[in-house]
Amino acid sequence: MNRPLAEAAVIRCAGQTPAVLEACGLSYAHAGIGTIFEGVSLAVRRREIVALLGSSGCGKSTLLRVLAGLEQPATGSVSFLGEPLASPHPRSALVFQQPSLLPWLKLADNVGFGLDFAHQPRAGKEALQGRVAAAIEAVGLKGREAAYPAQLSGGMAQRAALARALAREPELLFADEPFSALDAITRAEMQDLLVDVVHRWHSAVLLVTHDIDEAILVADRILLMGGRPGHLAQEWTVDIPRPREDHPEAVTALRLSILGALRHASL
Amino acid sequence: MAGILLPLLPLAGLLAAALLWAAGAGWLGAVTPVAASFSPGPTVDALLQLLQGRDLWEHVALSLQRVAVGLVIALLLGIPLGVLTGLSPLFSRTTTPLFQFARMISPLSWMPIAVMVLGVGDAPVYFLLAFAAVWPILLNTAAGVAQLDPNWLLLARSLSATRRETLLRVILPGITAHILTGVRLAIGIIWIVLVPAEMLGVSAGLGYFILDARDRLAYSDLMAAILVIGFLGYLLDHAARSLHRRWLHA
Repeated sequence: MNRPLAEAAVIRCAGQTPAVLEACGLSYAHAGIGTIFEGVSLAVRRREIVALLGSSGCGKSTLLRVLAGLEQPATGSVSFLGEPLASPHPRSALVFQQPSLLPWLKLADNVGFGLDFAHQPRAGKEALQGRVAAAIEAVGLKGREAAYPAQLSGGMAQRAALARALAREPELLFADEPFSALDAITRAEMQDLLVDVVHRWHSAVLLVTHDIDEAILVADRILLMGGRPGHLAQEWTVDIPRPREDHPEAVTALRLSILGALRHASL
Repeated sequence: MAGILLPLLPLAGLLAAALLWAAGAGWLGAVTPVAASFSPGPTVDALLQLLQGRDLWEHVALSLQRVAVGLVIALLLGIPLGVLTGLSPLFSRTTTPLFQFARMISPLSWMPIAVMVLGVGDAPVYFLLAFAAVWPILLNTAAGVAQLDPNWLLLARSLSATRRETLLRVILPGITAHILTGVRLAIGIIWIVLVPAEMLGVSAGLGYFILDARDRLAYSDLMAAILVIGFLGYLLDHAARSLHRRWLHA
């Protein structure tokens, strides 16, 4: 299973297709723990939703941090829009498992947080306000601009966190298990919302998840990560039309294929 | 029904205490005639008298000023030390036993030494109040730094925030709620330490007023002062609480 993917990765590393994010031969080691993952090569194309699927502790969150430029890999390289990445790119944004809103700021200020920082691209005040307003409207929180995080439900807070990422007009959205702390009904709503807004924002997404159904419902492509140290084991392109709930046979077939891969690879 | 009565319950508690107070003073008055002067009636009379005069207000103003000075000194020492304790495991390891040791010493036990070293006047009172108040502020600040949401710092890093932006826009506002919790605890301790601290070497303030009333055998005034101390302490705590709530918007 590993071999074809590794070859494909080599081809992709030298490929010509325009990608938002390209990573080649990444490995990462943590002092005391050892190698977290190795030999990871992947690409995320424009407007593509890629799910990085793996069990807890397989190193997928660490991989996301390396890809986002928050950690430096031991070997390998990451490039963002064709440029080598040394620190977080202004056209990328992060969403975490917890909303992590700043409790002392109103929702609108949370969504606009950091847009005025020194290393962010210059933009006029009105342009920034427009971006904030559009992001808040897109996640369905219009009218709640003056609310503080303590006054929002868990689902609303995660919508606000998504809006905060959208306000940066990201070319690529990094999402680290963004819905796993939500109840099942809210999670389903948020999954639909995510797909909707990233399509409207023309953003690509790298979604880290341990939820097979989430990966199938949301992603255009699924990368399965596992093993110790972690590596990419298999890849699926998901071409089931949306909404995917309307195609239970195809979803079930893909689900079984992923489960089978998990068993055979004994990840 | 319960919804209408619920706001009245605190009043009922206060009323019950007043009744017990009257009953206790009456019972004690049968044994010690002087007890009659600190029963509710004479106390309220004395309180109304004192509120109309200027004396009590001057004592109150001076005491509140000492609270403010003691609190500011405690904040100036406690916040930087707390940030350092929260950020540096080495500093924390070095100082934790010392701080826990010093924290458990009643500030009042320093009083004779404070008066000897700092002289008679406001200085030893400031020292005692600041010494009492610095621990809750320091420990809460340290806890605040330790409990900063790591994702906030990650968010700041993902925005390529400068050190200054991270400190001013994330860390300091992020620990303010904890600092305010420390302030609330500190005000409670300061207010308790204040009265005995003002009983030595100063010639004004609520603690002085208590001793003065005793010396004048003005027990109604003394009881009135006790009511004032309780009421002001309640207001201070309430103010600190609402500051905390306002910051968190909870």
